[in-house]
Amino acid sequence: MHILVYLEERNGQIRKPSLEAITAAKSLGATKLSAAIVAANASAIVEQAKLLDVSEIFVVDEPKLSNYSSHATNKGLHQIVLQSGAEVIIMGATGRGKDLAPRLTVALDGGYVPDVTQFSLDGSQIVATHPIYAGKANAHIKINTKYQVLSTRPNLWKASKDAPASAPVITNVRVTFEDKDFTEKTISLTLAQGKLDVSEADIIVSGGRGMKGPEHWNLLEDLAGAFGAATGASRAVVDAGWRPHSEQVGQTGKTVSPSLYVAVGISGAVQHLAGMSSSKTIVAINKDANAPIFGLVDYGIVGDIFEILPALTEEIKRIKAH
Amino acid sequence: MNILVGVSHVPDTTTRINVASDTISIDKTGVKYILNPYDELAVEEALKLRDLHKGEVTVVSVGADVAKEAIRQALAMGADKGVLVKTVPSTSMDVAKAIATVARETKPDLILLGKQSIDFDGMEVGPMLSELLDWPAATVVVSLKIDGSKATVEKEVEGGKETIELTMPCIIGAQKGLNDPRYPSLPNIMKAKQKPIQEIVVEAPASLRVTLVKLDKPEKKRANKVLKVEGNASQMASQLAHLLHDEAKVI
Ligand SMILES: Cc1cc2nc3c(=O)[nH]c(=O)nc-3n(C[C@H](O)[C@H](O)[C@H](O)COP(=O)(O)OP(=O)(O)OC[C@H]3O[C@@H](n4cnc5c(N)ncnc54)[C@H](O)[C@@H]3O)c2cc1C
Ligand SMILES: Nc1ncnc2c1ncn2[C@@H]1O[C@H](COP(=O)(O)O)[C@@H](O)[C@H]1O
Repeated sequence: MHILVYLEERNGQIRKPSLEAITAAKSLGATKLSAAIVAANASAIVEQAKLLDVSEIFVVDEPKLSNYSSHATNKGLHQIVLQSGAEVIIMGATGRGKDLAPRLTVALDGGYVPDVTQFSLDGSQIVATHPIYAGKANAHIKINTKYQVLSTRPNLWKASKDAPASAPVITNVRVTFEDKDFTEKTISLTLAQGKLDVSEADIIVSGGRGMKGPEHWNLLEDLAGAFGAATGASRAVVDAGWRPHSEQVGQTGKTVSPSLYVAVGISGAVQHLAGMSSSKTIVAINKDANAPIFGLVDYGIVGDIFEILPALTEEIKRIKAH
Repeated sequence: MNILVGVSHVPDTTTRINVASDTISIDKTGVKYILNPYDELAVEEALKLRDLHKGEVTVVSVGADVAKEAIRQALAMGADKGVLVKTVPSTSMDVAKAIATVARETKPDLILLGKQSIDFDGMEVGPMLSELLDWPAATVVVSLKIDGSKATVEKEVEGGKETIELTMPCIIGAQKGLNDPRYPSLPNIMKAKQKPIQEIVVEAPASLRVTLVKLDKPEKKRANKVLKVEGNASQMASQLAHLLHDEAKVI
């Protein structure tokens, strides 16, 4: 089975979910594993890709792609797939991956499973697990078409650090792009400075209505700082205007699967749990012992956040210090 | 400006999901179905644009007869016409192809969708439709400005926002924050009952692209150690810190 992994880059770096996709691909016992790069002045990314455990790197290096365009990128990736001969294509289920993978599926007239959380093999056939109904059920899916496209949920597989057995072959793929391929293009990308996005953080400390007001968020940020964590929020506090929607975790917010999720003053409504129930370790702090969230935690503290948060911040700093 | 809106009929967010005995579908008894929450944003945006630029809002749903309820709700919000594409879609590709068929006939200037449908959480229909129609598209959109035949959108990405320009006709996937969907007024609910819902039948695809092997409930055993020692906050905090360091090994 020849598997091709698409390498997504941002600001000149290969993104972690792409390295996680390589680990996922290797778990499928690929006979050949290659990588795909579609970018403008791609040489910097190619250099980074040479360190990855792949046997071949297919590159579409197109200056017009300096402004990202998903349709044009798909055109390049489609040509790479055809030239590479790979029939299984995997990419990280990032915002871009979840946009590119369905497009590639149309171009290849293939089958697609999004946001995969687990792989297994039935003989040589891949079975991909995709959480549905906001994580309340798992669908285990086989793709019947020649081409299989899969996107893997970030933060579940370890980012591959293995070196290649021998230097990967670099294959440049010729693609002619026309203006009509760029009817949609990204003009600018503005990142909230220094803030780690909840969808990428390994530890998340989320606040709910129990925080009583935006003015108390410093208590939450202090704890997050001690953990090296990103801060999240429930919908209640987003709707109340205390926190931005980009921090919202849940059914109509973000789905996260960090190694540690700390829910502070959050009752544990179904729609919130939908966004974080796949976290590896879940902690809740709530003054109400009967809050629903305590039914889903690994650890919890029943108490008032105004006492618990400062105390916990100190204890975390102390335990991490030595 | 003629606008086509895709609406999906999904279980309510509080529905308890149980796997049916056939282990490949959910037990539908007692399940309440609603208009997909993100699609309310798409309908609202379409109504705002129609009132600004004049034109017509047509709502399309791909599914069985019961999907008419989602169309009715959109008509009650103020949409003009409904189209039901009668088929039981097995993948988002079937949905995208059905919507593409309707779009090729009705030739809208804009297609509005939700960011995702909360049953399969695929986020596939928008990008697929873009490739099928060869129209530009942007999903997870929190702001949309239309100027002549150019649309400028702000899209949420990890850690920030992207500004994207698209030439029309194009496809937009609505994210929370784009607008505040209106509630259907009683007169509009009554009027919606008279609005036409056209039915189109498309045959199911010859072969299945994917096979749902099994559906099951995720279960992860949790330690469930809840510290309730009254009084001393720092004792409980210290205990928790040690559990996270020694037992869970996450710090
Ligand atoms: C279609 C739909 C989509 C939704 N999507 C989302 C979503 O994406 N994300 C989301 O979060 N919600 C979502 N919701 C809303 C969800 O149903 C709940 O309303 C929301 O999660 C509640 O937020 P909360 O826990 O912060 O507030 P509450 O439910 O009010 O809980 C506050 C908690 O704080 C505790 N508390 C109060 N004071 C203190 C104190 N001093 N110390 C310690 N604890 C204290 C209380 O005991 C309580 O348990 C959605 C709802 C619908 C209908
Ligand atoms: N069966 C359907 N009929 C009409 N529109 C749909 C259907 N399924 C999904 N859509 C539209 O496509 C958007 C994204 O859905 P999905 O790609 O399934 O996550 C939804 O918010 C709807 O606007």
